[in-house]
Amino acid sequence: MEGLIYGIMALGVFITFRILDFPDLTVDGSFPLGAAIMAALLFKGVPPFIAIAAAFTGGVLAGLVTAVIHNKLKVPNLLAGILTMTMLYSVNIRILGNRANLPLLRVDTILTNVVAAAGNLGLSREWAILIYFFLVLAVLKVLLDLFFHTDMGLTLGALGGNEQMVISQGVNPEHLKVIGVSLSNGLVAVSGAFAAQYLGFADVNLGLGIVVSGLASVMIGEFLLRSNRIGILTLRVILGSILFRALMYLARYYGYHIKMTPNDLKLITGLLIILALILSKKNYFRGRRKKNA
Amino acid sequence: MLRLKKAGMVFHSGTVNEKTVIQDLDLQVNQGDFITIIGSNGAGKSTLFNLIAGTHQPTSGQIFFKDRDITREPEYRRAAYMGRIFQNPLLGTASNMTLEDNMMITLRKGFKGLKISLNSRRRREFQGYLKDLSMGLEDRLKDNVGLLSGGQRQALTLLMMALSRPDLILLDEHTAALDPRNARLVLDLTNRYIDEYGLTAMMITHNMADAIAMGNRLLMLDEGRILLDVRGEDKKRLTVEALVDIFHRVKKQDYANDKSLLS
Repeated sequence: MEGLIYGIMALGVFITFRILDFPDLTVDGSFPLGAAIMAALLFKGVPPFIAIAAAFTGGVLAGLVTAVIHNKLKVPNLLAGILTMTMLYSVNIRILGNRANLPLLRVDTILTNVVAAAGNLGLSREWAILIYFFLVLAVLKVLLDLFFHTDMGLTLGALGGNEQMVISQGVNPEHLKVIGVSLSNGLVAVSGAFAAQYLGFADVNLGLGIVVSGLASVMIGEFLLRSNRIGILTLRVILGSILFRALMYLARYYGYHIKMTPNDLKLITGLLIILALILSKKNYFRGRRKKNA
Repeated sequence: MLRLKKAGMVFHSGTVNEKTVIQDLDLQVNQGDFITIIGSNGAGKSTLFNLIAGTHQPTSGQIFFKDRDITREPEYRRAAYMGRIFQNPLLGTASNMTLEDNMMITLRKGFKGLKISLNSRRRREFQGYLKDLSMGLEDRLKDNVGLLSGGQRQALTLLMMALSRPDLILLDEHTAALDPRNARLVLDLTNRYIDEYGLTAMMITHNMADAIAMGNRLLMLDEGRILLDVRGEDKKRLTVEALVDIFHRVKKQDYANDKSLLS
């Protein structure tokens, strides 16, 4: 279940890290931004769907800031992301009404509606939420796939691998970066918005290490399937996210056998990425040797 | 069509590393010209292309295109009417994408909208073009371009550039990284497209024989200046020996000058 919610975020991370080759750390700020916007608006009694749209817009704006800092001030993309992320920390606290945490227990969320509707069909709460998130993710995935089949989406795909080619086609790469990074952070914010509803609260620290976990999901996915079709690429990001969350779940619930605590999870995530890097390097060398032989 | 007016390019201006790469260069390129450009390393050939294409802006002088001042126009804008092929075959296409995706991106220049234009009709159209290359690429639309050889990629880049009908094409030693057979193939293709589509072209080459055999005009660059500008009938009478001769004569003169300075 968590895998599905964070899968939306992983799709966002996939767009920047893999397609744009733009390691974007804004994500650590835009994830709680989405959660904060959602929680604050729900608290004010704004309908959930409008709140989700607002969260998406907030994420898009966050991405816009990062991309513009990078483009106009010629700041390295990593630093641009860190700047936005740091600024967002303050912004998020303000959105939450000058506090770090906003519980949503007594507010109607989308999930409350979903569970109520599913209850009429005789489905349990767990199943209702699971099916709901599955549908949301499926719709987003298909929309994203369609986008990457459009002329603009294809050009975006070329940007990460070959910026000169994009320039040669008479397209301003700066515009494309703005579009890509904004879209990515919009998705991340939506993911944050759903996470807040699922967890029952919004917290400024929700975003800690989100980029790394998203990247871990993307990399795990890359071990599962090999392809050059965008439909498969997004599918494997989602599968990677589900698998990653499953691993984290296992670590949380059975980790105590090896004296592991939830505090170790970030360390484990980092080690997982390093392991993935080593494995992909090995594959790479094996491939090279075959070619030379 | 294209006019450079006293264009100059100085790198690291005002430092000890100051280097003048292009000096007050005047050049008029006419519609339908096919100009070959030769010159030793560091003569300023690639810098000249960078100025024309907009990768760099000249430190002095102006550039006009169809009587419009484009001196400060950014590279991506100029790319809408100029095509450029680099020595490195990897720069023209995206390795991590399929052949058909690459062709779709390069088919039209300018900002891309949200239309899904790749359909079966387009695919058949692409196959038709690829068949023309006779490299067996027509059956590999779904393959990543990274799997293609350098010659195939360069031929593909050339094809796609020709299809977008630019007003001017810049070929920057586009066959230098290829093996002789593929280089020949790509050069033949170059000639064919320039004829077929009536393109205006400038081509940098290190091969003097090619420089003489191809095009209607030949420029020799040295130290950021045009040393030689031969066209039409005069160009047809040129021989490799004559070119080498001219080149050495100038160089010797330089050498003699240097010597007198030093002594």
